[in-house]
Amino acid sequence: MSASPAVAPDLTSTAWGLLAVVLQCCVLAAVSPILIGVMRQVRYRMEGRIGPGIWQPTRDLLKLARKEPLVAPGVRLQGVMPIAMTGTSLLLVALLPLMSTVTIPLVPDDLFVVVGVLLLGTVAIALLGLDSGTAFGGMGSSRHMTIAALVEPTVLVAVYALSIPVGSSALSAIVDARIAEPVSVVSPVSLLALVALIIVVVAETGRLPVDNPSTHLELTMVHEAMILEASGRDLGWVEFSSWLRLAGLLGLVANLALPWGVAQSMSIGGLAVAIVAIVVKVMLAGAGVAAVEVFLAKVRLFKVPELLAASFVMAFLAVTASYLVV
Amino acid sequence: MSVLRLARTILRIGRMAAPATDAPSETAVGDQVLTGSVQVRHVDAGSCNGCEIEIGAVFGPVYDAERYGARLVASPRHADALLVTGVVTHNMLQPLLRTVDATPKPRVVIAVGDCARDCGVFKGGYGVAGAVSDVTDVDIEVPGCPPAPDDIVAALRRVTRR
Ligand code: SF4
Repeated sequence: MSASPAVAPDLTSTAWGLLAVVLQCCVLAAVSPILIGVMRQVRYRMEGRIGPGIWQPTRDLLKLARKEPLVAPGVRLQGVMPIAMTGTSLLLVALLPLMSTVTIPLVPDDLFVVVGVLLLGTVAIALLGLDSGTAFGGMGSSRHMTIAALVEPTVLVAVYALSIPVGSSALSAIVDARIAEPVSVVSPVSLLALVALIIVVVAETGRLPVDNPSTHLELTMVHEAMILEASGRDLGWVEFSSWLRLAGLLGLVANLALPWGVAQSMSIGGLAVAIVAIVVKVMLAGAGVAAVEVFLAKVRLFKVPELLAASFVMAFLAVTASYLVV
Repeated sequence: MSVLRLARTILRIGRMAAPATDAPSETAVGDQVLTGSVQVRHVDAGSCNGCEIEIGAVFGPVYDAERYGARLVASPRHADALLVTGVVTHNMLQPLLRTVDATPKPRVVIAVGDCARDCGVFKGGYGVAGAVSDVTDVDIEVPGCPPAPDDIVAALRRVTRR
């Protein structure tokens, strides 16, 4: 934002944006297995268990990385799609304004780009499910695409509602405007849009009440059904990419709800604060989601569209209100 | 149950898990790679479901095998260890062998219960193809009919080394 006029602004901000993006990817990649560990640990404790500790998902990943994948004959995409998924998740995390609102001028962190990248990851995992050639894989893919078709419009509309007062659909501009004017966070428009966004993030990342991440019943699975055939290293990539996606989206919602701590200028100190801030925010958001999940049961698949329709209505109301109120 | 009642129950009960015991003294089984993280797939090859109830208890809140790094999963492709219960019946022989084949190496096969070890009370039955060790390699055997959850936990801990 405030590049000092003495230096060539373009080059510095590009370099700075790159630094922030690389740092953001590294921090989120390191944090996402721990986030899952925290979420599971919260659940274990509330169930009266002791639990394996927050490092268990990291241990699982390291073990999976050292296991050879088994590939059924005729399956082609098993080795490719997990890497593609990880790529889209990293791209998603790179585009979101999680730590710094200084962006690389050439790379848009536009809302529509972000939703596109989100959809790319969804298609990758759906192809993985179809490619396995099993009944459950195809069923999971079809369910996932159904949910995605209902989720993406709501993400668009909800963030669009937030972008109207700002006059820009760049996510970093929205976060910037929220820091500049904190009152806008609790405006009715913002609250409606945030609730809608939380519901769709829960649906998109396969948490309760839309999908049960720890289910063993194939007939109720969505995310799990698509990865039933993945094994070894491939499974590790799939798990890692969905965890990274969850961390990124939780971070986005947290930053829209509590925009403070995000680095707005090019300073090392600001970036250091931003790292701490995003880690704390993501962990708290994750722990909150896990605690609420204890009280929820998975809803019937045919009820999911109703839930998502409600979130779409809220997002739509937010858009309407933003024209009326502002 | 209402949310409030559930919250009160959670607060009242607190920790349900039995206190952790020392790490097992028997020698570890399976590859070093599995240290601290073992995904378990359960296969019922023809059991009376007595063993299943005990396995359910093992992964329940009281025995809480997950604290030692073992977790039940939904697919043999995700698994490192197979918990096989019951005698191997003719009908389950093929599915069992396929499940073993579908488990990526390094893998561990654990025969749980007297039936899985030596056919137990079903020895000589017309539908019985044999004990688990007759049809595939077995790494650990857990005796008992049904085995106590503590014994199953001890067997799992020999694999997770925790
Ligand atoms: S060992 Fe005993 S409890 Fe287990 S399956 Fe056999 S008969 Fe049933």
